[in-house]
Amino acid sequence: MVENRPLLNLLSHLVLIAGVVVVAFPVYVAIIASTRGPTDFMSGLIPLLPGPHTLDNYRRIMFSGVSTSGAPPIALMMTNSLVMALAIAIGKIAISLISAFAIVYFRFPFRQLAFWTIFITLMLPVEVRIVPTFKVVADLGMLNSYAGLSIPLIASATATFLFRQFFLTVPDELTEAARVDGAGPLKFFRDILLPLSRTNIAALFVILFIYGWNQYLWPLLVTTDPGYYTVVMGIKRMAEVADAIPQWNLVMATVVLAMLPPVVVVVVMQRFFVKGLVESEK
Amino acid sequence: MQTKRTIFGNRVLPYALLLPQLAITCVFFLWPAGQAFRQSFLREDAFGFKTRFVWFENYEKLFADPLYHNSLWVTVIFSLGVAFLSLATALILALAVDRTLRAARTYTTLLVWPYAVAPAVAGIMWWFLFNPTIGILPYVLEMLGYDWNHRSSSVDAMILVIVAASWKQISYNFLFFVAGLAAIPHSLVEAAAIDGAGPMKRFFTIIFPLLSPTTFFLLVVNVVYAMFDTFAVIHATTEGGPAQSTNILVYKVFEDGFIGLNLGSSAAQSVVLMAIVIVLTVIQFRWIERRVQY
Amino acid sequence: MSAIAIRDVRKSYGKTEVIHGVNIDIADGEFIVIVGPSGCGKSTLLRMVAGLETITEGTIEIGGRVVNRLEPGERDIAMVFQNYALYPHMSVFDNMAYGLKIAGLSKDDIRARVDKAATMLQLQPFLDRKPRQLSGGQRQRVAMGRALVRDPAAFLLDEPLSNLDAKLRVQMRLEIKQLQQSVGTTALYVTHDQVEAMTLADRLVVMHDGVAEQIDTPMAVYARPATTFVAGFIGSPAMNMLPVEAAGNRGLMLANGRTVKPRDIRLPEKGRKAILGVRPEHMAPVSGPNADLELDVAAVETLGADTLAHGRLAGVENGSGELVVRLPGSTQVRPGDRLALAIELGMAHLFDAESGARLKELDLPAVPARADKRLAEAVNA
Repeated sequence: MVENRPLLNLLSHLVLIAGVVVVAFPVYVAIIASTRGPTDFMSGLIPLLPGPHTLDNYRRIMFSGVSTSGAPPIALMMTNSLVMALAIAIGKIAISLISAFAIVYFRFPFRQLAFWTIFITLMLPVEVRIVPTFKVVADLGMLNSYAGLSIPLIASATATFLFRQFFLTVPDELTEAARVDGAGPLKFFRDILLPLSRTNIAALFVILFIYGWNQYLWPLLVTTDPGYYTVVMGIKRMAEVADAIPQWNLVMATVVLAMLPPVVVVVVMQRFFVKGLVESEK
Repeated sequence: MQTKRTIFGNRVLPYALLLPQLAITCVFFLWPAGQAFRQSFLREDAFGFKTRFVWFENYEKLFADPLYHNSLWVTVIFSLGVAFLSLATALILALAVDRTLRAARTYTTLLVWPYAVAPAVAGIMWWFLFNPTIGILPYVLEMLGYDWNHRSSSVDAMILVIVAASWKQISYNFLFFVAGLAAIPHSLVEAAAIDGAGPMKRFFTIIFPLLSPTTFFLLVVNVVYAMFDTFAVIHATTEGGPAQSTNILVYKVFEDGFIGLNLGSSAAQSVVLMAIVIVLTVIQFRWIERRVQY
Repeated sequence: MSAIAIRDVRKSYGKTEVIHGVNIDIADGEFIVIVGPSGCGKSTLLRMVAGLETITEGTIEIGGRVVNRLEPGERDIAMVFQNYALYPHMSVFDNMAYGLKIAGLSKDDIRARVDKAATMLQLQPFLDRKPRQLSGGQRQRVAMGRALVRDPAAFLLDEPLSNLDAKLRVQMRLEIKQLQQSVGTTALYVTHDQVEAMTLADRLVVMHDGVAEQIDTPMAVYARPATTFVAGFIGSPAMNMLPVEAAGNRGLMLANGRTVKPRDIRLPEKGRKAILGVRPEHMAPVSGPNADLELDVAAVETLGADTLAHGRLAGVENGSGELVVRLPGSTQVRPGDRLALAIELGMAHLFDAESGARLKELDLPAVPARADKRLAEAVNA
């Protein structure tokens, strides 16, 4: 701060408080709605104070599901989301680590070609080539499976680039010291490079976990069996029904549960998250 | 391309290490992209029995289609709306945080979490808030004399999806603006203060120009976000309606391909979208290169 | 412990040859220092011995075994790097133990070896710490310890002291020398610092532009530099070089037209162009008639024990004939003075004007013992 201007400081705080309130407002309303009974949404206005049905609502959606919408219990959808998010995060980190290792620490024919092939995936988000990608997955018999949910989303140029940039900053002398110590490439990777990448791995994990958890279009397409529904896509099916038969209390309870895990991850790992976000764009 | 001074000599190992990523890339990225490209030159008859090569007919039809023009136009409005709303809000918040000292961390924590909320979930929450019968925002708007109904009004529907999509993106932009502001040398701002420039003047003559690389970068990122990552917002709320008024390009690809089963047109649209992504990515990389030279 | 033989080793990057055929025979237990300016190829040579660079031509033997195609880990060597290259995520103990673990030694064996090395290097209290919690000198010791525990055939040290401050460098220099003597392991040490080179080496290798210009004991290199490059590189301030032409019995003709006739050396045949080299510490002020050279003093540096008088040969114009003389600290001399100087007995060096090579045929068999006394002063300045 350059000079002391009490009015301007006060204004800054007011702006920030207003910002925090506006950002939090939809979530507040969702939480309140999830504590009310179904009749509160028949007419009039969305309630703004908590009601007595919290436990009922959450217990009902967690374990028995909303029968009218054909959606399975949320507990199952949350599990599916968790499996998908972890598979995508861990899988992406694993294959990106080893491919970045190959590109940085070896020289071999077609290295440039491999580099550009990976680079190109940056330019092809799944939404743009959705129809043929769906066809490939269907042909491979991967519909309604965890593999179908996660593997097509595992290749990532961003993660590979992040690790490549990081590996390039690791001093050459460390590699040389390891070679003199008798370590081959795999030992070096496991004993030196991997431990040194811990912070980057954590940062990327946060970003990728969120990415995986929040997938919507892809699970919508590759799952027809409710047993493989993920929670983020499941909400839509519930909300559709909610328009006719208002079950907003249950939909909003699902909304709260659907955003809880990624929000917790971001808040708990904020330091890594900020680092991961800012660095993955470099 | 950069490598290390010291490298390992194995001949087979690097290929083995690259195999998983390359295999997935080829099977799920390159092959489908190639299929989309091929399909965009083909036409299937109504029953899917015969396929024939039609050169650029799919593209010609596409660019002559008023619905596609509409979709392009909708995408432009939607992207710019999202970019402007989320960038402006984030910049104001970042400037405010830059003035606070001790509370900065707390405010940051309270502002960044929406990044973790799925676009679909954000869409549903705002859909609920704007619900014409019981929603709280239409109630407030009615008191102000505006009759809100996103089920019938194109303008209302567009505002709804822009607000929902922007809400989620503010935290991302906020973090980058905070980092950008922190990178501005303190001495410059102090020098301007000594020269007698007040906070407003300092912002427009020093801070904003120095922030312009960050702003430009975020502009591109936000346009990409609005064009491709907001599919879920649209699908979970308006489903492109009413009357095509929120039918952005990615949604149309999906709708024509999966619901309309018009594969040739959908493929041609995919190819157009890929071209747009490539242009935006190149712009983004140009910017990064320039930043590296500072 | 074993000997190292470097036989006609060459290194090329693409078409550019950077090392032009180097031969060095290193005896078992010998401490060899490779010294030279940056870019002379000294590090490249060391890295070829280590196996971190491929050998374009020639062979390198360690302990009688050709190692050209062996991985660094298979060569039975240990290396100390300029920035130490300690593994940042490992404790001091694990840093030292890593190579032993890979070699498959038993836990007890590893512990015993690390303990022994840590005791020698006074690192016992720090074994559980991470490198970032150590001071520069301690990190240097860990790097040494990592080399020591392996009990290798040879230590390879690449500028290991250049990241330390001046005081610590002197201390670690002594420690390294004592350590090497106590374990008796062959050592190959690369530095650009001539003081380190002179004090540490059993034998010096002076490298320049990819060629080993002289390989000899520090004293011999100082007393009889093989080339003008070596003469200028070893010793501080650098040896004075004056172009001369042999003038028969009158001696050597300088650029100012006068002749000089150094005592106790042989002179080249009349008419031959040569370079006369005289170290600043090998000239002394005398009364006019006995002078070999006259110096017009332009600047004076007082160092306490010594005083350096910079200037040029009297009567020489246009930039040539620069001359420095080292005088006792008590000497009163001011810019503008003209000093009459005599070259000490046998302390003139003659080099070929074209190639810069020492005119060895003119050397007298015995080297005066007086040079030894001055050595320490010369190199420590």
